[in-house]
Amino acid sequence: MGATHLPSTEFDGTGIEDRLEAEAEARLGDPADPMVQLLAPDGTLGSDPVFSEYAERLDADKLRGFYADMAKIRRFDVEATALQRQGQLALWVPLTGQEAAQIGSGRASQPQDYIFPTYREHGVALTRNVDLAELLRQFRGVSNGGWNPKDTNFHLYTLVLAAQTPHAVGYAMGIQRDQKLAASAAAAAGNTGPAAEPQAAVMVYFGDGASSEGDVHESMVFASSYKAPVVFFCQNNHWAISVPTAVQTRIPLANRAKGYGFPGIRVDGNDVIAVHAVTEWALERARRGEGPVLIEAFTYRVGAHTTADDPTKYRESSEEEHWRAKDPLVRLETYLRAQGLADDAFFEQVRADGDELAAYVRKTTHDLETPDIRTAFANTYVEAHPLVAEELAWFEEYSAGFADEAEGAAN
Amino acid sequence: MTLHKFNLPDVGEGLTEAEIVAWNVKPGDTVAINDVLCEIETAKSLVELPSPFAGTVTELLVPVGRTVDVGTPIISVSDTAGPETAPEAAPAAAPAAPMYGKLEHGKLEHGNLAEEASDAGEPAGRPAGGPLVGSGPKADAVKRRRRVAASAARPPEAAGTAAASPAAASPAAATPAAAPAAGQEAVEAHDIWISPDAVAHADRPSAPAAGPAVDQRPTLGGAISGLVSKVLAKPPVRKIARDLGIDLADVTPTGARGEVTREDLVSYQAQRDAEVDKADTFWGKTGRPQEQRIERIPVKGVRKATARAMVESAFAAPHVSIFVDVDASRTMEFVKRLKASRDFEGIKVSPLLILAKAVIWAAARNPSVNATWVDNPDGSDTAEIHIKHFMNLGIAAATPRGLMVPNIKNAQDLSLKELALALNDLATTARAGKTQPAQMQGGTLTVTNIGALGIDTGTPIINPGEVAIVAFGTIKQKPWVLDGEVIPRWITTLGGSFDHRVVDGDLSARFMADVASILEEPALLLD
Repeated sequence: MGATHLPSTEFDGTGIEDRLEAEAEARLGDPADPMVQLLAPDGTLGSDPVFSEYAERLDADKLRGFYADMAKIRRFDVEATALQRQGQLALWVPLTGQEAAQIGSGRASQPQDYIFPTYREHGVALTRNVDLAELLRQFRGVSNGGWNPKDTNFHLYTLVLAAQTPHAVGYAMGIQRDQKLAASAAAAAGNTGPAAEPQAAVMVYFGDGASSEGDVHESMVFASSYKAPVVFFCQNNHWAISVPTAVQTRIPLANRAKGYGFPGIRVDGNDVIAVHAVTEWALERARRGEGPVLIEAFTYRVGAHTTADDPTKYRESSEEEHWRAKDPLVRLETYLRAQGLADDAFFEQVRADGDELAAYVRKTTHDLETPDIRTAFANTYVEAHPLVAEELAWFEEYSAGFADEAEGAAN
Repeated sequence: MTLHKFNLPDVGEGLTEAEIVAWNVKPGDTVAINDVLCEIETAKSLVELPSPFAGTVTELLVPVGRTVDVGTPIISVSDTAGPETAPEAAPAAAPAAPMYGKLEHGKLEHGNLAEEASDAGEPAGRPAGGPLVGSGPKADAVKRRRRVAASAARPPEAAGTAAASPAAASPAAATPAAAPAAGQEAVEAHDIWISPDAVAHADRPSAPAAGPAVDQRPTLGGAISGLVSKVLAKPPVRKIARDLGIDLADVTPTGARGEVTREDLVSYQAQRDAEVDKADTFWGKTGRPQEQRIERIPVKGVRKATARAMVESAFAAPHVSIFVDVDASRTMEFVKRLKASRDFEGIKVSPLLILAKAVIWAAARNPSVNATWVDNPDGSDTAEIHIKHFMNLGIAAATPRGLMVPNIKNAQDLSLKELALALNDLATTARAGKTQPAQMQGGTLTVTNIGALGIDTGTPIINPGEVAIVAFGTIKQKPWVLDGEVIPRWITTLGGSFDHRVVDGDLSARFMADVASILEEPALLLD
């Protein structure tokens, strides 16, 4: 038996593989591929048998708020990029193009929910009331995190791709157990009514690139098996740095959920109303204990992967143009104006607020203090630790041994 | 009024330098925060730099086309425009360089950014809060911080004495930190490279402290430098090449990123085997019909392009060819001396270098040979002759892909050494099959070195778009009559073909005589 009998990595053009291949191709290229969309790129509001009901919950204030959030975060993104170019940040991860996916989903979360972001969820951070200037601490290299996740239930940015997905599922399983404990305690105390604490869910963000990581697979297996209250929110922004989605998957990413045994929905990630509706539905479902949902927000990273990336080297500008036409802000503005829900004064105010935020962020970034190196030693253990104390002592002695430092002090 | 300097930031992760591609502002311009100041090109991308200051541009500190280290001040802006620019301005206000961890007592500045700035004698170059320039790995990571001479126990007093001049302090400090003179030398030494920046910057210890802050060297040939002498291949492929005794540079790479693949090696080896075998099996069996003994090779690619160009040139331009025998003994001596000279250490020097220099020199004296005949596109007979006041010297090269004529742009500006490097570069690139189309465009005059193959001379065909080509025959010892005596001398034959529409017989003769005179006496180049 020679090598010819070994299975080939390429389809050999016969039989079942051929058919499966053709089917996969058809699914991938199918323009009628189901994607939940309520607000079309031209700003007209459509309908959906399931999700229109959720969209109807949104009043004018909420819709204006969505717009203000999206405009604000885009302005913030521009400022942070400029700060990086001016040497004030080591790196920046722009989000432009993904505002609707982030604001829509973030606004659908409740305060008691816990959010695990990647490193690009600045929009979600805004909806969780994280101080955006704090967010820049890590990108300036003066902090390993930047904010206290307990304040906002918005976890620290995770820079390791997909590493946050098992964390999220673990957290969700923890919530399950806490609820069980609380219920049995309540039962023991004779209370049979609904739990006093609001039910919480977990939402975890990741991208099309991270979807290929083993962590995501493991997380989904656990989440499904334990019906964990977690929503997997995948922003398919089409590019994992320079790798196109086509290399990550041959089927819509949302379809993968079916294999794990929970619902997967592809939503127009540039339609803030649809994203909000779908996420609200999924989170409610999770809080009710009905298990995980995978949401694939179909969107596009209009800018670079990070400030260290140059997208012109791997994609055509025509593709960017194509997606710019689907801009999430433009379509909501069109809708708000057409419906008479917002006027020039409103949009002018939003712009002014954005500039104010930018100025605040700029000023705060310049003022960010570099923490004392001793905090690194101080925060290793909760209590004093002899080994750490020894290391600190050594470090102090070592540092004091430099002539130029003493010079600096003398000058 | 305060003057702010914007230091080149690290816009990527761990970049150490960038080139200023274009300035969008000029002195006197008013700029606001985030107005685009300039465009820079890094190893990763082309990036626009937004202004961190509002005010009036007072000076552009780095000209377009220059590559400078991260941290070098590139522009100065005075904040005369208004007080609203204050926050990030005011260098005096903030604590000095807090970016890299500072212990409470101000004793333990950690990391070398801060001290580097002070070493460079330009503390004012770092605005308040210390921009995070050069956040990545530093090119000068080898730099060591000076330790207190005696024991580490009582540092502050001891060190105070060694204060004022960092460079003049202890010998231990002087060595790694490179005193100004040493730094300059390093720069000089690297100047021999046609594209020295990459090398120089990587090696140069602590440049900001030692050498000039702004890199004065031209970035000539920078675009090519990345392509030469670095063959991409995966380790297993390298091993196979080593085992088979194949020089990877000889193999035409077809990998997606220009790397030599295993298949490339296999086909190279197959071709090599075939060539060796062919000698025996070339002739077809006599018994077989002739039809079956004819090998049909489709004409395509370079072969096709060459054929078309040659037909076009041979029939469009009336060629006149002339030849001259030259005593190149002095050229041979000169080449020998260059090879031995320290300046040319590590650089390949050949008689072709002298010929190239001679051709450039002679063309300046006979400009019509460096021209193009331009027919009127509408077909009327009002043609034009375009004399080129620059020399893009083409060198015909046999490459794995066929005949290529890449040219050295603005060869007239190159020193002998730069020309030598450019020739090496061009040859290496061509042999590696990596010549880019742009390198073959815009040639003005061509040299074909048929001597390399042991040929005395020939009638070369002019490269289309040009009006002259020089064939450089082999140089060998021949009997030569000098002062009535026959003595062995190094003799070569120069052949030249000229487009008679542009270059008349007397002009072509004068040009060839000029070239010959240089080969006979290279010292004339000193004219």
